[in-house]
Amino acid sequence: MSLAYQHLQDTIVALATPQGIGAIAVIRLSGADAITIANKVFKGKNLEAQESHTIHFGTIRDEGKIIDEVLISLFKAPKSFTKENVVEISTHGSNFIIKQVINVLLKHGARLAKPGEFTKRAFLNGQFDLAQAEAVADLISADSEAAHSAAMNQMRGGFSQEIHQLREELIHFASMIELELDFVEEDVEFASRDDLRKLIDKLLQVIEKLIVSFDLGNVIKNGVPTVIAGKPNAGKSTLLNALLNEEKAIVSEIAGTTRDFIEDEININGVIFRFIDTAGLRDTTDVVEAIGVSRTREKMKQASLILYLFDLTDTSIQEINQDINKLENLGIPFVKVANKIDKAEASLIDTLKSQHKDMLFISAGKKENLDDLKERIMELVNLDKFKTGSTVVTNIRHYQSLISTKNALNDVINGLDMEVTNDFLAMDIRQSLHHLGEITGEITTDDLLANIFSKFCIGK
Amino acid sequence: MLPKYDVIVVGAGHAGCEAAHAAARMGSKVLLCTMNMNTIAQMSCNPAMGGVAKGQIVREIDALGGMSGIISDKSMIQFRMLNRSKGPAMWSPRSQNDRMRFAEEWRLALEQTPNVDFWQEMVTNIIVKDGRVTGVRTGIGMEFEAKAVVLTNGTFLNGIIHIGEKQMGGGRTGEGAAKGITEQLVQLGFEAGRMKTGTPPRVDGRSLDYSKMEEQLGDEIPEKFSFSDETKPLTQQRSCWITYTNKAVHETLETGFDRSPMFNGRIQGLGPRYCPSIEDKINRFAERDRHQIFVEPEGWNTVEIYVNGFSTSLPEDVQYEAMRKIPGFENAKMFRPGYAIEYDFFPPTQLKITLETQLIDNLYFAGQINGTTGYEEAACQGLIAGINAHRKVQELEPFILKRSDAYIGVLIDDLINKGTEEPYRMFTSRAEFRILLRQDNADLRLTELGHRIGLASDQRLEKLLDKKNDLNRLINDLQQKKVEPNDVNEGLEHLASATIKEKITVEKLLKRPQIDIKSVGSLDKELESYLAKYSNDVLEQAEIQIKYDSYINKEKAMAEKISQMEDLKFPTNFNVDDIKALSTEAREKIRKIKPETIGQASRISGVNPADISIIMVYLGR
Repeated sequence: MSLAYQHLQDTIVALATPQGIGAIAVIRLSGADAITIANKVFKGKNLEAQESHTIHFGTIRDEGKIIDEVLISLFKAPKSFTKENVVEISTHGSNFIIKQVINVLLKHGARLAKPGEFTKRAFLNGQFDLAQAEAVADLISADSEAAHSAAMNQMRGGFSQEIHQLREELIHFASMIELELDFVEEDVEFASRDDLRKLIDKLLQVIEKLIVSFDLGNVIKNGVPTVIAGKPNAGKSTLLNALLNEEKAIVSEIAGTTRDFIEDEININGVIFRFIDTAGLRDTTDVVEAIGVSRTREKMKQASLILYLFDLTDTSIQEINQDINKLENLGIPFVKVANKIDKAEASLIDTLKSQHKDMLFISAGKKENLDDLKERIMELVNLDKFKTGSTVVTNIRHYQSLISTKNALNDVINGLDMEVTNDFLAMDIRQSLHHLGEITGEITTDDLLANIFSKFCIGK
Repeated sequence: MLPKYDVIVVGAGHAGCEAAHAAARMGSKVLLCTMNMNTIAQMSCNPAMGGVAKGQIVREIDALGGMSGIISDKSMIQFRMLNRSKGPAMWSPRSQNDRMRFAEEWRLALEQTPNVDFWQEMVTNIIVKDGRVTGVRTGIGMEFEAKAVVLTNGTFLNGIIHIGEKQMGGGRTGEGAAKGITEQLVQLGFEAGRMKTGTPPRVDGRSLDYSKMEEQLGDEIPEKFSFSDETKPLTQQRSCWITYTNKAVHETLETGFDRSPMFNGRIQGLGPRYCPSIEDKINRFAERDRHQIFVEPEGWNTVEIYVNGFSTSLPEDVQYEAMRKIPGFENAKMFRPGYAIEYDFFPPTQLKITLETQLIDNLYFAGQINGTTGYEEAACQGLIAGINAHRKVQELEPFILKRSDAYIGVLIDDLINKGTEEPYRMFTSRAEFRILLRQDNADLRLTELGHRIGLASDQRLEKLLDKKNDLNRLINDLQQKKVEPNDVNEGLEHLASATIKEKITVEKLLKRPQIDIKSVGSLDKELESYLAKYSNDVLEQAEIQIKYDSYINKEKAMAEKISQMEDLKFPTNFNVDDIKALSTEAREKIRKIKPETIGQASRISGVNPADISIIMVYLGR
């Protein structure tokens, strides 16, 4: 089996800002000839004679015809994102202009970049390591503060550090075992199996925490899946719009690559909430009733948060209590939200208040008490701790390695339970190290030996 | 007119003997050059073969058709299977040997190997034409022509022996050093280094008081190394003895530290960490007030004793005085003092995986010249160099053992990719597939390979195939055969194993920790007579494969996963300088070692995982 061979010599070009119409668009060139190529189509100063990290005004021309007035930023190797010569051309944000500018650059020797190729070059040229490169990808797509801080933390190596510490402890553990195996004739003392078990238990706790953080990491990266449960006339869309306007967040209709339905995303206090539009829920006249339908129940179960919304003006106490009972059975955190307080009877509100201390009373239409609602939502998702820089696993590859590590560690525990001999324990420990190594760096047997010899006296 | 040879082997130690025997047995015309025909196959260090990881290597050499196992069996005076209390991957055969008989058996074996000629003289030069070795030149100017040359010079290249402040040239005590080869190889562009090893004093066994030591007996039922029927286990054995140093010994030794060549800088070569001299142990592990001394007899009849654990290059008067403070050694008479020896080696990163040098075609290095220590490590390199020299001359594909095939594969792969800073010794922890590389299955792993290349005999192969057939039938039967609760429950209680409620296969019973293949027979009369049809070898093998199959399978899966990297070859137009992200060290090492696959590159020291991921990304993986 031989490997495909790729050249780094080409100069690549791509639109760096999102596709679509904006005020400006940035087109990025990277490669040895980036400045030369840009200079061929640029009328203004001679770019090749300019300093790095300077900006120049001029026009981009195709065979003398002006395409657009632009600003050109120069970054000379190695002081650029890719560590190659980089030129960023800011044009006006019209699809036509963008296409024309890229075309003329292609004509003069650049080639279209493949997805992720700029980051790949940055990686190949030593800008950062693999885990950091993965974090860059996350960073680019991060559209919430929490996702941003998780990605930043990973990019700065926080994730690698935590794994690194675990690995050190495991290597020490492995060394003890190897020592006992290889130096049978020596009168050295070894750690007891009880100590080994304690260490593995400790490791498992940390690994499991990291594994759990993946689910939360996913939430941070992809948003908290949220459902507003309520009859169509309960004010669901009014509430959604109220929240949207309040936050001036982007209402997006994202046709997810892995999701086959359309959803709205709202950013509340830096956390993305992804409102699941469960088809089953929308089609049913009585959404809460529909919870009983198994297909809908499945959808509901994907939610991490349910906002139970009802209209104070046309819902009976019995109905409300029934619905709440059903929701409690689902086992998903939910907020009881009574809507239209401006039109409701005071006696009903009083009764509900006495029966449900945690019920919130709002008016979506009048935007009353929305802050209370947001506060309650934030309390429930409890994501605060992830903004303070603790480690969150957001990468599926890391997640899988952690699962494999956990399995191997559990095998060690099983081995201890079964009282297997150390050679088998050592094997499962090595497996654990191997899987951890998939995240941070491979273990070599040399690491084990070096550790052994630094600590013990070994004579023949 | 001198005859022309296919393969010339320089040096007749453990590496040289295996190389000469292997090449000749496969059909090459071989000349074995040694400085002294009376010291062929000397055990320069302790009179023992095998041990943890090393015993596995001896079994592998034997399974391939090499001689070290047979020679060890024929000359052993004690046999122990070390680590019996651990899992089967750790079981390690070790023999104590009669030093003189060991050498004699090797010499007889070589004399009886057709195609081996001998020449007693120092080789001072190799002859090189157009980047290819064509023969050797000796001290008196004789020139022998050959298509390939294997250098196994051991500690003889510019060897210097140190005892206290005295130093003398020599490759072993009483034997001269070899001059000329290092200088020539350096001139040809090889990088050379210096290593150090040592040996303890030898004493008169009649002067020791064994009542003050612990006796270490051989195994009650001794086994042997060779899978062949050429040798038999011992019926009689000699014991070894264990005693310890103490504070008084250490204090006496310390009085000589100012005259120690180790501490006053006279010795520059790096010694092995795991076979340190006694002064090194005292110095580095000052908190320990005793070290173990292993008292080994040198043979059946000789009174000479090897004081293992007391390797030293301190002045002989200090050695003598300190030794006599060891319990049992109060009246010890010394035959000769311990010494340290410094010698030249050539960093093995200059070799290909066949042990041929990258620089000179058809020139092979094996043994201590490559920076290893140990008879077994040397012997297996000699074997592989001999095989590959023969195959190169015959224009056949190289013979390469993978890390998942054998400890031999681990050793050579480590040497050429990582090199070594200190004398390299094998440990089981160096092998990532320890559970697969067991001493009990070396024949199953390697004998067919050895037969295919014409080294292992037809009888060996037949014996192996019979064993395989028996084994498959037995395992299959044990998976089918079921036992009844009424028949076995009493026996199970007896073995402190849980009783059964319904029929259960014998295989399932065997997986229980309290039950082995012998006790399972005791549970049921019919089963007992069925098992009696099989040899102990086959029974043991079946037990291991059944008992540990989950671990074995896990490791097999891992080996397969890793072997995928071994299949990823670098493209021919690959230029490591194209990848700027690689560390400078990684780039230099890859340029120098020229790995053929990504897997190999990943094991080069200085090439870290980040470098590998960069290469993988670069190559579009």
